[in-house]
Amino acid sequence: MDISFENVAYTYQPKTPFEHRAIHDLSFQVSSGTFVAIVGHTGSGKSTLIQHLNGLLRPTQGQVTIGDYQLSSDKKLKEMKELRRRVGVVFQYPEHQLFEETVAKDIAFGPANFGVDQAEIKKRTYEVIQAVQIPEDLLERSPFDLSGGQMRRVAIAGVLAMEPEVLVLDEPTAGLDPRGQKDIMDMFYRLHQEKNLTTVLVTHSMEDALHYADHVIILDHGTKYMEGKPAEVFVKKEELNKVQLDLPEVIQFIFKVEEKFGFRLTYRGQELSELAQELKELIRGADNHE
Amino acid sequence: MRQSFIEFNNVSFRYGEEHPWVLKNVSFVIYPDEWVAIIGHNGSGKSTIAKLINGLLFPQEGEIIVDGLKVSQDTIWEVRKSVGMVFQNPDNQFVGTTVRDDVAFGLENRGVPRPEMIKRIDSSLTAVSMNDYLLHEPHRLSGGQKQRVAIASILAISPKVIILDEATAMLDPTGRLEIMSTITEVQDKHNLALVTITHDLNEITKADRVIVMNDGKVWLEATPREVFTKKEELQLIGLDTPFVSKLADQLTNLGVEINNQPLSHEELLEELWISHSKM
Repeated sequence: MDISFENVAYTYQPKTPFEHRAIHDLSFQVSSGTFVAIVGHTGSGKSTLIQHLNGLLRPTQGQVTIGDYQLSSDKKLKEMKELRRRVGVVFQYPEHQLFEETVAKDIAFGPANFGVDQAEIKKRTYEVIQAVQIPEDLLERSPFDLSGGQMRRVAIAGVLAMEPEVLVLDEPTAGLDPRGQKDIMDMFYRLHQEKNLTTVLVTHSMEDALHYADHVIILDHGTKYMEGKPAEVFVKKEELNKVQLDLPEVIQFIFKVEEKFGFRLTYRGQELSELAQELKELIRGADNHE
Repeated sequence: MRQSFIEFNNVSFRYGEEHPWVLKNVSFVIYPDEWVAIIGHNGSGKSTIAKLINGLLFPQEGEIIVDGLKVSQDTIWEVRKSVGMVFQNPDNQFVGTTVRDDVAFGLENRGVPRPEMIKRIDSSLTAVSMNDYLLHEPHRLSGGQKQRVAIASILAISPKVIILDEATAMLDPTGRLEIMSTITEVQDKHNLALVTITHDLNEITKADRVIVMNDGKVWLEATPREVFTKKEELQLIGLDTPFVSKLADQLTNLGVEINNQPLSHEELLEELWISHSKM
């Protein structure tokens, strides 16, 4: 589904002493099938933004459009339930929301709520546990006996079982060990492609934004600061530092190479092995001229 | 011989007889004024170690010595005077309604007299640059500020060791750097031991020593430089090496001479510079 924000503002507790304007004048477009990363330091409005995607919040000004659904301050969306089925949100530490006696029941909870029949739920359960790589023999176990990484996968399976078309991920790798982080992100990337999803990733990891996203939106003080292709946005060192963001490590390193050796490598999303090759040639090549 | 500060002697722990062992025959020492990073995959037993050090849990086998005392029901209050812990989520650690009250809480519990208390609150909040926030509500601070207040509360009780259990995991990269520089500054000034439990590979490079846990056992104890030479083995146990080590490996594969496993961009650039000038 296409996503569009037009001059969106959201104010918490308006007209009270606690009034807080979390986002304002926010406009952007994401076309269906895009993997978009939302980046910004703590308090920049990321969480408020994603709560608009499934109607948990309604803009106080402007308009949010998700596919055919429109959210604005003046009218309530009739098809809210339908929107929430089609936009799946994986919140931070989703394993904290597990509650059922068995893994199978936890996965079934969402679709059952949306009126999916038992046979269909069963079929979907087997599909989603494969997608998140949970072995079948865990289905009848308590989710609370599983490891942290497995619990997170079960929670994600519950969201996938609703067969959403938009998948919203809020810091999905927080607290996982390095291999767990890579496995989970690779899994989301695979799902994104296989199921033709529109994926919205909120992350502190510039590395992940660079590696997985087609498009990156940078927020600062509640509004859009920059957007574009990751390889183009993440080389703008001064602009990013101004909003307290760092460059991805590989790009930082490329800048330091330029400072020390006086020649420039270009980041085009190449693998580390390619980068090493270019580095080697530059070091040797530069020498030939002397 | 150096006097050890924390000692684990053949420690085994499980949550109950029906449960698997979380730690199996674990032994290591930590010296005063040393920074030790404990790493390992999720479920490898890292956080259990932290909870055993200050007597939140007790082992079924083996013994734990902290500052010369064997950790037991009878000694935990004495032990906790020298052990300060900061956890992942600062919201779970706040008790006061203002920053000042929150720091005061630990001092009141220990019966510190009022004039001394005022002095300690001031100096510990100054150490983490939060002395302008005395009357702020802890819950309204940013994630990084909250963690700094949590650290100030710990500093106020003058511990001899600070344990950070994934204390920077919920912060953004800038917040993470700020906290780590605050902590290392404090460690330096007060001569503390520092134990950090973390998944952050770049944070590990700055520690004096690393204990690598795997499946409840000590898998390796070494300097960060030694640890990151074991790239394949680390990946097998769910860990990884930092960007710099990976790039250095790729360069080595291509025949570029890199002698000392570099731990920072600067060290790798220096190696490349040497290699460049030799040609």
